[in-house]
Amino acid sequence: MGVLVKEAIDVPPKGGFNFDLCRRNEMLLKKGVQPPSFRKTGTTIVGLVFQDGVILGADTRATEGPIVCDKNCEKIHYMAPNIYCCGAGTAADTEAVTDMVSSQLQLHRYATGRESRVITALTLLKSHLFSYQGHVSAALVLGGVDVTGPHLHTIYPHGSTDTLPFATMGSGSLAAMAVFESKYREGLSREEGIRLVCEAICSGIFNDLGSGSNVDVCVITKGHKDYLRNHMLPNPRTYVSSKGYSFAKGQTEVLSTKIMPLREKVEVIEGDVMEE
Amino acid sequence: MASKQHANWSPYDNNGGYEKPKTLSDLLPSLNPNVAFQFSCRTCVAIAGSDYCVIAADTRMSTGYSILTREYSKICKLADKSVMASSGFQADVKALQKNLAARHLIYQHQHNKQMSCPAMAQLLSNTLYYKRFFPYYAFNVLGGLDIEGKGCVFTYDAVGSYERVGYSAQGSGSTLIMPVLDNQLKSPSPLLLPAKDAVTPLSEMEAVDLVKDVFASATERDIYTGDRVEIVIVNAGGIRREYTDLRKD
Repeated sequence: MGVLVKEAIDVPPKGGFNFDLCRRNEMLLKKGVQPPSFRKTGTTIVGLVFQDGVILGADTRATEGPIVCDKNCEKIHYMAPNIYCCGAGTAADTEAVTDMVSSQLQLHRYATGRESRVITALTLLKSHLFSYQGHVSAALVLGGVDVTGPHLHTIYPHGSTDTLPFATMGSGSLAAMAVFESKYREGLSREEGIRLVCEAICSGIFNDLGSGSNVDVCVITKGHKDYLRNHMLPNPRTYVSSKGYSFAKGQTEVLSTKIMPLREKVEVIEGDVMEE
Repeated sequence: MASKQHANWSPYDNNGGYEKPKTLSDLLPSLNPNVAFQFSCRTCVAIAGSDYCVIAADTRMSTGYSILTREYSKICKLADKSVMASSGFQADVKALQKNLAARHLIYQHQHNKQMSCPAMAQLLSNTLYYKRFFPYYAFNVLGGLDIEGKGCVFTYDAVGSYERVGYSAQGSGSTLIMPVLDNQLKSPSPLLLPAKDAVTPLSEMEAVDLVKDVFASATERDIYTGDRVEIVIVNAGGIRREYTDLRKD
């Protein structure tokens, strides 16, 4: 009974972050311990509004410093059946934030029995990001089609938002925006829209070292969406050695050997059943 | 041989912060990685065989996340039988190449012959150490044929420590390439007693094939390596040059 009461008092707080190690980490930092690096999606993500809805696009490279740690990651995240969200910044933050909001949207749909609206997702995202003052480093392009029509927004890590007909984010945003600014117009067809999104992403892939590999596209129209994973593969491996490699044994010198024989099989002898 | 202090000169030790200047290296632009990081050329490799030497480097020059050019040659012919590939700060590399070219011209006038590769190696070391406290931000590999016609590779740090080896890699892709070369070219473990010779057992064609493959592999995972690999082959017949495309992302 006493244990139960204690647990009832010390219930950990629901949700939010745990800051227990802040003071310790600050002390370690002062003593010169290097903090761990995070996986960043040095990224090109884009979105545009076309005649029937919204098209989102992303590259598929994730980096840790100068090293590519994932050559084919997914940066277009699911929010709701009619809403998707591209993420740039720290990979963990973009995934956590979009997962959290998509679960809140699902619960909201269960409660109301209606399709989610893009503005709802936008408000949930920006209020979360603002409350953490930019420490949750997620830069997002949010797009979807709801009962009020197609919508496209960008969200900055500090919580500010834009509502635009075409948008880019991430380290390749300038390269991609250069393409949009020169070629975007109102009332693009589906094919034209996809082509323009691909061109913008490719511009990021080839001119920004933080972006690379393949092009993902997501087309959202009224009551329908097409997630075109790896819509383009513009960077195949350029050279493969004609002969394979052999890895000879004995590269590491064996200093000593000890062989432990397996134990005999343990036999279980039936006994009395334990008393209740 | 002086102990190598690669960590202090590493092009990726970009500590990113804006601390107030404390040391000499913070005050001198060429010593400060935050400045010297710019206009960098990246990966180079050299392999020596019994009668050839392969020197290769990618042709991308970059600063930060931007590509400055996709076809910058960082391989320089210093003499008939010695070729240098350099990664690091482009302006320092250029200055170093001009300095060595001038010194080689004087040598030719005085001795009426080309400098040998081991002699050029010592000259390069002296040139680098001459600027010990305001170094050239350049990481070089020098390859060629020695006076007996055997392939040779010399590998350097930024302040002139050097060593004759069978193969070497320098620059940002070196951490990815070097373990593969260790496995493929230096079969006997360095722990083995008695020590075995580290001579490269491959034929010229196999070595070129390996170089192309390690560059394609490094390009897959290193964002600063890419576009094209320039391969220079030095053998008794002279110097040959070839190119292979790499990923451009």
